[in-house]
Amino acid sequence: MTEAPLPAQAHPQAQSSALTGGQGRPRLRLATVWLAGCSGCHMSFLDLDEFLFELAEAVEIVYSPVASDTKIYPEQVDVCLVEGAVANVDNLELALTLRQRTALVISFGDCAISANVPGLRNLFSAPGRDSARTVLERGYLELADASGQLPHAPGVVPELLPRVLPLHEVIPVDLYLPGCPPSAERIRAAIAPLLLGQRPLMEGAAMLRFG
Amino acid sequence: MSVITLQVDGRDVAVPAGSTLLQAIRAAGLSVPTLCHLDGLDPVGACRLCLVEVEGGQRLLPACASEASEGQVIRTDTAQLQGYRRMAVELFFAEGNHVCAFCVANGQCELQDVAVAVGMDHSRFPYQYPQRSVDASHRHFSLDHNRCILCTRCVRVCDQIEGAHVWDVAERGSDCRIVAGLDQPWGEVEACTSCGKCVDVCPTGALYANEDTTAEKHPHPERAHQLRRAREHQQWLR
Repeated sequence: MTEAPLPAQAHPQAQSSALTGGQGRPRLRLATVWLAGCSGCHMSFLDLDEFLFELAEAVEIVYSPVASDTKIYPEQVDVCLVEGAVANVDNLELALTLRQRTALVISFGDCAISANVPGLRNLFSAPGRDSARTVLERGYLELADASGQLPHAPGVVPELLPRVLPLHEVIPVDLYLPGCPPSAERIRAAIAPLLLGQRPLMEGAAMLRFG
Repeated sequence: MSVITLQVDGRDVAVPAGSTLLQAIRAAGLSVPTLCHLDGLDPVGACRLCLVEVEGGQRLLPACASEASEGQVIRTDTAQLQGYRRMAVELFFAEGNHVCAFCVANGQCELQDVAVAVGMDHSRFPYQYPQRSVDASHRHFSLDHNRCILCTRCVRVCDQIEGAHVWDVAERGSDCRIVAGLDQPWGEVEACTSCGKCVDVCPTGALYANEDTTAEKHPHPERAHQLRRAREHQQWLR
């Protein structure tokens, strides 16, 4: 497996123009993304409590459902935490975009890593049919009264993919941060080295245990 | 009692003749990951996590099911073995339907533990999502085939310790599964004494007590060894 370049060297242009952090280092351009997940990983991220103040000093949050109002994923992002599996066309499009625009992509939590709970719909594939069709028909036709119909609003409601996929089956991933959710302590232990331009050591139960 | 001597990762070790390579590895103060192995039950070499290199040998040997012999030189932790072990654990995850987040054994699962031990942060193999069932016909316990890794500890503990032989392995390949009695619902198998030893030794959340929900299972894998020691050496110790 090839190791991704560390974020400190990733976007020299962006960083030379960026504000510098407390130790004279350029501020990391950090993004967090929420795909098909329950937002629990982001809630755990918010559980970082006072470390969030240190983080706010050291990074510029350029895209995030919990810390930014930006709607378009920006260019030249250094680190992106991606929560959730890839379950629909919007998830897929954002995953492809963020990969192009991000130096270090982190699969953030078990859903991004294994598809986890969202991936359970993959179990509902009758022979010759995809799981999206099966769950839509179950939810909108079989369990509905006589007026039930399948949702169809192209460009408004994102179409489900036939199968829910872990992030690394869609784009190359540079670092895996397991947990459902990863504890705030584990998130901090993974992020803190990145702020210093170092790769976190992901080993042992404290950093790796699923669930 | 005759003694044989061998070398494990550069350490000289002496063990009683008839010892397994796993016993020799432990006697040397070392360890290898195991899943199907359980002290107190006869080894089967099913999970392949304890594979070791033997100098001059043509193939890797499962330490739990291979007898140690005089003068052997064993290596337990080469880069090749580490790679195979991680691959084996990834295949366990990809082959079944293992979702730690809401598993009854979350936090008490040996599959979770070995994933940490081999450094697995994701599976490079696509998850298969096989169609499997849950047998909840027993009054006290359930069998969730989605979480079964076919270690056969339940088969062996029921046969070798309880003497009831409720469990067997049926079918082959990806259809391979544990069956109760003559492939009956577990609750209908009269041979079952409801002793719960199979639940105690199951390394994952495949076998569990009905009252346990997410992360509530408390297995007792040590009971097989305690009972065998009690019977064979009259040592009733915890």
